[in-house]
Amino acid sequence: MSTATTAQADERLLRQGYLRRLMGRPELGSVVGAAAVFLFFSFVADSFLQPSSLSTVLYASSTIGIMAVPVALLMIGGEFDLSTGVMVTSSALVSSMFSYQMTANVWVGIGVSLLITLAIGFFNGFMLTRTKLPSFIITLGTFLMLTGLNLGFTKLISGTVSTKTIGDMEGFDSARAVFASHLSIGDVDLQVTILWWFGLVALATWVLLRTRVGNWIFAVGGGSDAARAVGVPVNKTKIGLYMGVAFCAWISGQHLLMSYDVVQSGEGVGNEFLYIIAAVIGGCLMTGGYGSAIGSAVGAFIFGMTSKGIVYAQWNPDWFKFFLGAMLLLATLLNAWVRKRAEASK
Amino acid sequence: MARVRTGVRAVSAVLAAVLGATLAGCSSTGGKRAEERAAKASQGRANVDTPRWTFAMVTHSGDGDTFWDIVQNGAKQAAAKDNIKFLYAHDVEGNKQAQNVQAMIDQKVDGLIVTLAKPDAMKDVVAKAKKAGIPVITVNSGSDKSMEFGALTHIGQDETIAGEAVGEELNKRGRKKAVCVLHEQGNVGHEQRCAGVKKSFKGDLQNLYVEGTNMPNVQSSIEAKLQSDKDIDAVVTLGAPFAPTAVKAAQQAGSKAEVDTFDLNAKVADALQDGSLGFAVDQDPYLQGYEAVDLLWLYRYNRDMLGGGRPVLTGPQIITKDDAKTLAEYTKRGTR
Repeated sequence: MSTATTAQADERLLRQGYLRRLMGRPELGSVVGAAAVFLFFSFVADSFLQPSSLSTVLYASSTIGIMAVPVALLMIGGEFDLSTGVMVTSSALVSSMFSYQMTANVWVGIGVSLLITLAIGFFNGFMLTRTKLPSFIITLGTFLMLTGLNLGFTKLISGTVSTKTIGDMEGFDSARAVFASHLSIGDVDLQVTILWWFGLVALATWVLLRTRVGNWIFAVGGGSDAARAVGVPVNKTKIGLYMGVAFCAWISGQHLLMSYDVVQSGEGVGNEFLYIIAAVIGGCLMTGGYGSAIGSAVGAFIFGMTSKGIVYAQWNPDWFKFFLGAMLLLATLLNAWVRKRAEASK
Repeated sequence: MARVRTGVRAVSAVLAAVLGATLAGCSSTGGKRAEERAAKASQGRANVDTPRWTFAMVTHSGDGDTFWDIVQNGAKQAAAKDNIKFLYAHDVEGNKQAQNVQAMIDQKVDGLIVTLAKPDAMKDVVAKAKKAGIPVITVNSGSDKSMEFGALTHIGQDETIAGEAVGEELNKRGRKKAVCVLHEQGNVGHEQRCAGVKKSFKGDLQNLYVEGTNMPNVQSSIEAKLQSDKDIDAVVTLGAPFAPTAVKAAQQAGSKAEVDTFDLNAKVADALQDGSLGFAVDQDPYLQGYEAVDLLWLYRYNRDMLGGGRPVLTGPQIITKDDAKTLAEYTKRGTR
């Protein structure tokens, strides 16, 4: 930007105060919300603050969070994906059934699954950029097709609705170590998914804030036409985002498979909304162009705390969905309020 | 100001009218009052002097499932008698159900009741509970895995045996061609039920998959099936809520097929009495909840265990018109 070199400093390059910069972060609202939820359950649930309980909460958060990261990036890029929930199941089914039917090393199945899951992601992105239809419709189609394929193929190949066990096959132990092991620290078990989750959040944050691709994602979400006009490869960025979602679906799917060594073909339906909820609580705008990966992690953490906190507080689980909905509304309102304040203070 | 006052007056007039209508139009039958009367008759009070233990139940139930309400009612009744604090959590997905079990273990409960609808997902947490010294009883589904996972016993119905009972009953009634309506694709227990029916039924049995969360869809699917094959003379639904729907479908399709069902509820009991349903096969969910809590108490108190290393069966019980009369009352108060 050549304007920056003029004698009068560009207002975009003015150094902002620390507090102001903090106020401008998209995830601030959700961090405040997370702290409130944490304090709340610390008081009402006796066993919430135990290390073992917190590791359970972190695990629950990580299973949502791993998917919330790419979903947040996608939403910053201005698109939705409704096929994420069942894509996780598809990915797990592919690696399980491929390994079993071909009597192949488990890692071969995992590799095949990666290729197929990425292909599904590519399909989503390609259809979107080619047809210009809303991503809601495209991925709704993928969602329904995958749900049918999951059940249809599993029954066709395995004869039942769940896959056969691959627990005694070669490569399973090392695969389990990567995707579903847990580290014992004292009497606390930390699931390896928590590490995957933190790793993905760090990676996504770096991409978003420090790379050219990150700029493209924000630009594409802010307005495709404007982005294209300044030379951003809009189609490639969107297809890439969908493939990122697919990659994380693959990680989640392998975790699902390696934890229990069989997969139920009907699972995953409805989870896509949890991922979107986590991203939205974390400050992503439904309209795109704004949000953060850290926010999605905070959103997932709020979700994990609420879902397990209700169990620790020994409440009637019938009310769970109500709390979730209320939390979503509150978080969004808080976000909107914080953002308005932040913009006003600039 | 005058306008406001008219508004207030209008609102109070309406309120008074509603109140008056409620008072004047009292129903002497049914309603909340009848329910409360029934509830009073079945209330329990702690009859033991053991310390107040905490038992938790974690199931694979979805939200707002009538069946699991009855299981909970049974468990709560036993908990009241045995001076137990009873906790409940549920999730349809295997890994989330496992997380809920873990959350209960974290709370150091004194006993655990779990369902093994997705046994592989539950294996590790059940082992963890055992390691933490928490006795585990499995209920409802998973009789074949219960012992292997180290549970004390299993309380429930063997789905295959229940299916076979239905097949035999259909034979007795001289049925030749039946449809088994599965309302949840992917539920292993449901597949076992239909397979059981197929095993003992001498006629021809077909499976029909319907979308259980969408009642109109269930009805139209059954209707279409009955219209396309006029020889079908029996429809077996796998859940009580779907039986009245199947009856409606049969009427719409002009089919003479007899509708029979797994499980029981108030509507099914009524339909059995008026003859629109042939029979129901019940697994007694109340007993599953009640016995699970009571057996855990017995184990804590006296190291007692029923079953001798085999599942304790609560069903199948074939319920026909004659039994339905007595049971109708119990179904209305939510214990059968």
